[in-house]
Amino acid sequence: MTEFIFPRSIPLACALALAVLVVVGLILPDWAMFLATMAFSKGMVALGVVCLMRSGLVSFGQGLYYCIGAYASGLMATWIGISDIFLMSLLGIIASGIVAVIFGPLLATYRGIFFAMLTLSLSMILYGTLSKMSVLGGTDGLNVSAPTFLGYHPEGRALGLSLYMFTCAVIVVYGGLVRTLFDSERGLISLAIRDNELRVEYLGTSVRTEIAVTYIVAAIAGGIGGVISGAAIGHVDPEYAYWTTSGEFVFVAILSGYFSIPAVFLGSVVLEIVRSFSNLYFPNTWQMSLGIFLLIVILLFPKGLGSLLSRSKKPEKKQ
Amino acid sequence: MSSENWKNTVKKTATKFAAAVAITGAIGVGAAAAQETFKVGIVTFLSGGAAESFGIPAWNGGELLINLLNQGGVLPPPYDQPGFGGMMIEAIPVDESGGATKQVQEFRNLVQRENVDAVLGYVSSGDCLAIPPVADELKAFTILYDCGTPRVFEEGSYEYVFRTAAHAAMDNISLARYMESRGIEANTIAGINQDYAWGQDSWADFVASMSVLVPDAEVETALFPKIFAGQYGTEISALIRVNADVVHSSLWGGDLQAFVLQAGPRGLFERSQVALAAGDHVMPQLGNKMPDGVIIGARGMNGLAARANASPLTNLLWEAYEEEYGVFPVQAPFRMWQGILGLKVAVETAMAANGGNKPTAEELAAAMTGQEWEAPSGLIQMVLGNGHQAIQPNAIGTTKWDDATGQMTLVDIEYYSATCVNPPAGVKAIDWIHDGFPGAVCD
Repeated sequence: MTEFIFPRSIPLACALALAVLVVVGLILPDWAMFLATMAFSKGMVALGVVCLMRSGLVSFGQGLYYCIGAYASGLMATWIGISDIFLMSLLGIIASGIVAVIFGPLLATYRGIFFAMLTLSLSMILYGTLSKMSVLGGTDGLNVSAPTFLGYHPEGRALGLSLYMFTCAVIVVYGGLVRTLFDSERGLISLAIRDNELRVEYLGTSVRTEIAVTYIVAAIAGGIGGVISGAAIGHVDPEYAYWTTSGEFVFVAILSGYFSIPAVFLGSVVLEIVRSFSNLYFPNTWQMSLGIFLLIVILLFPKGLGSLLSRSKKPEKKQ
Repeated sequence: MSSENWKNTVKKTATKFAAAVAITGAIGVGAAAAQETFKVGIVTFLSGGAAESFGIPAWNGGELLINLLNQGGVLPPPYDQPGFGGMMIEAIPVDESGGATKQVQEFRNLVQRENVDAVLGYVSSGDCLAIPPVADELKAFTILYDCGTPRVFEEGSYEYVFRTAAHAAMDNISLARYMESRGIEANTIAGINQDYAWGQDSWADFVASMSVLVPDAEVETALFPKIFAGQYGTEISALIRVNADVVHSSLWGGDLQAFVLQAGPRGLFERSQVALAAGDHVMPQLGNKMPDGVIIGARGMNGLAARANASPLTNLLWEAYEEEYGVFPVQAPFRMWQGILGLKVAVETAMAANGGNKPTAEELAAAMTGQEWEAPSGLIQMVLGNGHQAIQPNAIGTTKWDDATGQMTLVDIEYYSATCVNPPAGVKAIDWIHDGFPGAVCD
């Protein structure tokens, strides 16, 4: 029975997840579809935080890649007129990948608060730079035209639906790849780093390389998340790289835990829903209601929502 | 389960079902009655740095006006019809804090989930740039009521989006005109503005206007502390050291209060003529801590400058607001009133054209384009951006504490007609300034 709910085969699980998401998408009202698109794209960034969290590292600057992805695609859309979401995503991947390849090896030597602060400062440097650049709209940012899909120019609900479908495909594929990575030797080593870094080194692996690779994987997820958010919102501004934005991703990661990948996207959706409704029903105290919700979740599920999803899996492993 | 129990369960379920049906029915009736209401999403800062200065006073003013309008007959004609054309106004306030990304999401929720008939809001320029494309995509009638950036309609053109307040270029053009017309010595100027788009644009507009109107003026220094810095010791030292004739600032809110409180004791106001482009909104909080002789703008003929003009609408807003909240209204409620009154005019014009039905977004947009109406802040005319962007008259004055009443007053007020300080249609504000204000009509 658990086999059925949690198929061991990753491609099968992905196909199932995609099918469910597509069917759900067809019946969702417009506002919920948009909320889901946003939650999933932010979930991608949070997934990056989760990747690093498995090795015991907290990146407080994942907004850096979120912002790079958003601006890379947004600027290309404005300057060259590219509006194809596939091409934009590719640009986002390349841009965030390049930056991560530069900083990854450097950051990989730091742990704990130093890693958190360095990632944070990198994203704040980008924030400061963008805020100063009036060519790029300064703090007000710039608008991004509606995305197209391989020559298809949808409008109205079709546009929202197409972007939702694209987002679902992206998260399922990337989620599948990350799951494969987690289950691979490299992924298990990342987990071991969390427990005892020294031992991992003695086993003959370079902890630095492992962390750098994980960092790049996380950055690319962030970049894609930024591209989709920018395209969905239709506007990018330096706020994408601000530390509160990064803090939100860390929160989603904590909310979800690092046991389950679907939990990350679920956590992101839950956060969006709570925020959206508390903002409407408690316009003056929505931050407080959001805070209370977060407190309750942390108290009830200290290991995150993912611990709920993976609980039934654990006895199997012991066999 | 015994048969008796089972029967009870059935009975209970049936009762519950009946109750549910009754409630659903009631909701159905409610929906029918909803024809008589006009739902407006009102988005402004209810938390964060801009709440106390702009968001809360604006929402207070808005709530007050909506109550007055729903009562009907309180406002003078043509605003004497209850609500909007007889429909009761239902406001849904939304907090603007959280950045443009969040605002786009909230905007979609208002339109697609709450099915509002119009959205009125946005103080932050970033939000004002992000919302219009979405508004057009969703075909949702939207009024931007406060934000300053000229970029909205200079760089884009939208069908369903309108701004019922003049953009920020007017504020600094008026300040420069005041310097010129009152012969204020301005051989050297210095600036302290927040380091973000608003501060940077304000300073650029002021310097450009001065270079046209007071060509001898030389820029000594331009300081850009970061927004919400709160501490200006270093900047004040720098300003005192350069000892410029005029110090320009577009600071607002807590930043402006902090600056005035810190600069006052150090004598900056005696050494230099300080000009605050949007300074009126801190006057109630600062009281006599605001020095005399400071040149103050209010982003329109708002607050004390409008009170001095004493139109019946201004007096109504002034007295109702003072009675309700115990403080006199500054620019934010004035701007909210001109937005809501504009919406009222648009709704009623559209209803006159369509035979008294609740207007659609298309009908509202058609009615609003090129519209003009009287507000407590003077005549609002939608003439820029193909009839989507308002111009309005402006006023600049100088502070003077009145010991007798224990209140801050404005003296030497100069009024500028809308065409004197706003560019003509089709011309970008900054180009208009650089070209020396061609076509400006001043009274």
